[in-house]
Amino acid sequence: MSSFTGKIWVLGDDIDTDIIIPTEYLALPTVDDMKKYAFSPLRPELAGQIQSGDIIVAGKNFGCGSSREQAPEIIKHLGVACVIAKSFARIFFRNSINNGLLLIESDLYDHVKEGDEISVTLGESIEHDGVSYPISPLPKNLTDILEAGGLVKAMQKRNGLI
Amino acid sequence: MGQTLIEKIISHNTGDASVRPGQIVTVNVDRVMIHDIFIPFVVEKFREMGFTKVWDPDKVVLIYDHLVPTSAVEDVRHFKIGDAFVKEQGLTHFHRADGICHQLMPEMGYARPGQIVFGTDSHTTTYGCVGCFSSGIGYTEMASILGTGEMWCRVPETIRIEIDGDLPKGVYAKDVILTVIGDLRADGATYKSLEFSGSCVEKMSVSSRMTMSNMSIECGAKCALFVPDEKTAAFSGVSLESVSWVKPDPDAHYERVIYYNAADFVPVVACPSQVDNIHPVSEKAGVKVDEVFLGSCTNGRLEDLAVAARILKGKKIAPYVNMIVTPASRSIYREAIKAGYIETLAEAGAMITQPGCGLCCGRAGGILTDGETVLATNNRNFLGRMGTSGVNIYLGSPATAAMTALTGVITAEA
Repeated sequence: MSSFTGKIWVLGDDIDTDIIIPTEYLALPTVDDMKKYAFSPLRPELAGQIQSGDIIVAGKNFGCGSSREQAPEIIKHLGVACVIAKSFARIFFRNSINNGLLLIESDLYDHVKEGDEISVTLGESIEHDGVSYPISPLPKNLTDILEAGGLVKAMQKRNGLI
Repeated sequence: MGQTLIEKIISHNTGDASVRPGQIVTVNVDRVMIHDIFIPFVVEKFREMGFTKVWDPDKVVLIYDHLVPTSAVEDVRHFKIGDAFVKEQGLTHFHRADGICHQLMPEMGYARPGQIVFGTDSHTTTYGCVGCFSSGIGYTEMASILGTGEMWCRVPETIRIEIDGDLPKGVYAKDVILTVIGDLRADGATYKSLEFSGSCVEKMSVSSRMTMSNMSIECGAKCALFVPDEKTAAFSGVSLESVSWVKPDPDAHYERVIYYNAADFVPVVACPSQVDNIHPVSEKAGVKVDEVFLGSCTNGRLEDLAVAARILKGKKIAPYVNMIVTPASRSIYREAIKAGYIETLAEAGAMITQPGCGLCCGRAGGILTDGETVLATNNRNFLGRMGTSGVNIYLGSPATAAMTALTGVITAEA
């Protein structure tokens, strides 16, 4: 089981996809061009502060709103190791798995503050300040996609490219 | 035990008569919709995955709407890539400037009762208005459907919403769905199917049902279904008999049933900046607005324009208000011209724009800045959605929009 430790950034409930990346930036040519505008309606400075390996912790319904897949892609490109929220919106959830962005459902949000450090052991638990929060496993068809490295890789495998 | 409407549709598709909530199934996709914003990404992923030919060109619909007409030079790239893909794959269901995808899919008969349709847009839930299981997905998943014709999904639990009776005067489908979202909250139906029933929705037009299925994503729903009836059959160009199986069993199991008495609804608005922040219009009456937007896939249909034209006939909107009217499709635009609605609205002082997503997605045609307020008939009032994050966006019905344009302050229809 892989484990990692990271510093957390705490966001609230109902963080929508227009907050993650506003529509006006969606026609920029690449996700790297877009990523500096991540979370800009809410916290314009945040995209510049997130370091590789950091973790986002949020309340309920993270990723609600549009189907824009740039939302999880940008979070992944910012180097975020995983998003831990009380719940995720459906399309965002699928898009994240398909792009190999790890999501964990947990009520950790109620127990942490920004800047705290946490440790995650996949399929097992999150450790924070001496307390352990269990993680429930994902269905097999989803772990298959995550393990392949996302849906593109899974399809490449299907088509005999890799 | 019987099945809910979504379980019926999935069973019909997979041939497995016993599908139950929680089960993960692979469905054969009847139709897909891709719009201009995401076509470059779909094509890129499709090639990256190693596909060369779409599984069935007849099942693919490409619609340009978010970027029509262009408002930035980068937008043109989307059309170049889309045009080339249409030619390469021999796609015939292609619309350059005919209207908003969610209007066109049911209107053109691309999404029909009992079918399973996916689109690269969250408001794909709209086609539930004709009893079609339709839901939004991302571009990577769309690319995999284009290659395989298949999609995995988890059979959702169903929440049944039963609305009986008649709506009071001045209350419309928009007020009903906003109230339901306010009650369920923004995540109240996440991963679930909504099934609308009751004498009130039976009396509604297909257009009104479309307003409700369109907005159901705002409480997280995977889909939002109405049982097809004579009106649906006529709208979709199918015989009622051919879709008579598209209904829940009497002994279906629902996770929850919520009852409403239609007479209890009042005109409401979603207040900044969450769609579930619902208040009666009476509580917000008098809030001064800078702009009114009547349009979108939520409320840009003929009946919506008719309501506004009735209220604004022979009158002038408040002098400091910009009113923007965007019909949802070209056919609606033409019908509204014939019916005289466009003339009435233009004479009242409204700006009429080309059918498209325009202002709703904050790209063009009336974007606002900090401190300004807009009353809009579309589906989202998220922070920064229609301009800067300091814009106050209120969502309401076409009647509330027209009354607000007339008075310059948030006002319900008397």
